[in-house]
Amino acid sequence: MSETVIKVENLGKKYIIGHQGKGSYKTFREQVVDGVKGFFSKTGGLISGKQMVDGDEVEEFWALQGLNFEIGQGERVGIIGRNGAGKSTLLKVLSRITEPSTGKISIKGRVASLLEVGTGFHPELTGRENIYLNGAIMGMSRAEIKRKFDEIVDFSGVEKFLDTPVKRYSSGMYVRLAFSVAAHLEPEILVVDEVLAVGDAEFQKKCLGKMKDVSSNEGRTVLFVSHNLMALSSLCSKGIYLKNGQLQLQGGIEEVLSTYTKEGAHSSQNEWKGEAGDEHVKVYSARAFSNEAEFGFFTHKDIIVEIEGELLKPVYGLILGFTLWSQFDYQLAYTLFDDADPDPEIRTQAPGAFKKRFVIPANTLASGSYRVQFDIGIHNQKRIINNECDLEFSVENIAGIGRKYLTEMKGSKSLFRPGWSAEKFNP
Amino acid sequence: MSFEIHIEPGRSEKNYWKDLWRYRELFYILSWRDLKVRYKQTVMGVAWSVIRPLLTVAIFTIVFSVIGKFEAPFGINYSLVVFAGLLPWQFFASGLTEASNSLIGNERLISKVYFPRMIIPAASVITSLVDFLISFVLMLLLMAFYRTVPAWQIVFLPFFILVAFMASFGAGLWLTALNVKYRDFKHVVPFIVQLGFYASPVPYMTNLVPEKYRLLYHLNPMVGVIDGFRWCLFGDKMTPDWNGVLLSIGVTVFLVILGIRTFRRMEKSFADLI
Repeated sequence: MSETVIKVENLGKKYIIGHQGKGSYKTFREQVVDGVKGFFSKTGGLISGKQMVDGDEVEEFWALQGLNFEIGQGERVGIIGRNGAGKSTLLKVLSRITEPSTGKISIKGRVASLLEVGTGFHPELTGRENIYLNGAIMGMSRAEIKRKFDEIVDFSGVEKFLDTPVKRYSSGMYVRLAFSVAAHLEPEILVVDEVLAVGDAEFQKKCLGKMKDVSSNEGRTVLFVSHNLMALSSLCSKGIYLKNGQLQLQGGIEEVLSTYTKEGAHSSQNEWKGEAGDEHVKVYSARAFSNEAEFGFFTHKDIIVEIEGELLKPVYGLILGFTLWSQFDYQLAYTLFDDADPDPEIRTQAPGAFKKRFVIPANTLASGSYRVQFDIGIHNQKRIINNECDLEFSVENIAGIGRKYLTEMKGSKSLFRPGWSAEKFNP
Repeated sequence: MSFEIHIEPGRSEKNYWKDLWRYRELFYILSWRDLKVRYKQTVMGVAWSVIRPLLTVAIFTIVFSVIGKFEAPFGINYSLVVFAGLLPWQFFASGLTEASNSLIGNERLISKVYFPRMIIPAASVITSLVDFLISFVLMLLLMAFYRTVPAWQIVFLPFFILVAFMASFGAGLWLTALNVKYRDFKHVVPFIVQLGFYASPVPYMTNLVPEKYRLLYHLNPMVGVIDGFRWCLFGDKMTPDWNGVLLSIGVTVFLVILGIRTFRRMEKSFADLI
């Protein structure tokens, strides 16, 4: 293994947060008394230098607890976890913005942290001026910025507006300029928070590419936080999974990502059990799953939608199917169990238990969240199941096709790729 | 690799001052930003840093000299005496005000990037210093206009500028650090500045203050500075009370030490509290 550049031992970070009391209402007299009490205790706190916390009850909150890990030189490490898992706090502690409460960190090398796009950009200043300002704030020397100035401007593609105050920039231009400065930082260790969430897909790809180049060609270490699993898996080699401020798993990026998505699958409602229906049809369970062996949904695996129930009496014109919705509530598909039946005649279904399956083929859906809404009813008569047993699942693109173009960022809902064939032309 | 950092709770940075040196360009660039931004989208631009003191002096001259019949001693023009007091006072007051609000004003920087935080208040005092230097040129022009030759003591002027700088910086550091935790100080600072103005010999001279209050009076560091300024510009006709000047300098040193200590102690928690 390469030389260790970051060593974290028993790291913890504690915050003190306040709660409002249990919401019981106070009389005017009580409020006045509490106000006066509060004034004295706050003034006391001011004199003894205590932190001011709003609320009646004060609680300690550990944003990070007992973290131990090491990162070697030249590694690109992705940090994942749900919101509030402590990812950003970890980055802040590593980049010395805030102090840890317990533990020890040793870092070899200069750290540059990119926790926000365009930190310190001043709206009144021009693009040119902001390049110098932002560069200096990120720790570049003036000579260094001067040397790279043309390169930065080239990368951003806003040379026409260099002498315009950035408050007149479109948000896209602003982000481009800010990123270009950041992309030209040359620290030994680069710490990047969820900043790729902004900007257009093409530019994001350019930035990811740049970060990767810098790391692999010059041996720089990169720590990268993102919710975009696709970006993580394409950029990073190692992963750290944080959960409630604690280290859940550290290892290869694929392993970490699949553990993360597996746990994610449990939390979304991809299974339903119960009883719904009427005197004609009863439904007992429904589920969506990817493969018998594993949990989690991936773009490069089949996704199976299954429903189990019972037909209690013969039904003429049974409707049984589902609508597939995207996370933005676009209807992507509506399909019925007998869609594939070439006979157009409406028939009577015999009673009995049933289990219907539908396969969404691999490489069909883009990464994102989806909802399955089952629709059961009798043609032209009644609707029996509408949204009683909806399913939800989210699909991740970690190894499937379409990753090159970061499709999800362009807002597409499917990975649909027409059967490309190629012919070569000789010049 | 040559550069190694250890992060631990409560560990004060060993190479803090070295770091400060490493980030020296940031001083320059932040001051430059503040200056640049100050007069953006104004018609008069930098002229404002000349117009403001000029107007203030005109008002003082009218109020105190024409209406109040104050007299400048030793045949020196009253406006000049006021200006010589106003210059360091405005430097101190604007430096203090800007510095004490500087951390809060740069909240985004503090919660997103690491650098020695002391740069921010220092840069805002430097910004005020630049303004001061511009108005100082005006002072020299005004002296030429009234045909007053600066005394040879003017060579000591940089020293008093330094004292004013340190007083402003020290108090500013202390206030801005506290301001992060308790926003009460935001409301206190304008009051201090206003009070300080009356407790400084700007529109009058120190000898107007009764002898028995002089000691107390000199606890205001700007008293020593302003007296020193007048001595530097007008010579021995305005020799200050040297003990008083020493006392003022002592208070300045105390302010700087207090400011730096408080600031360093609280610095690590700025990002959490701001």
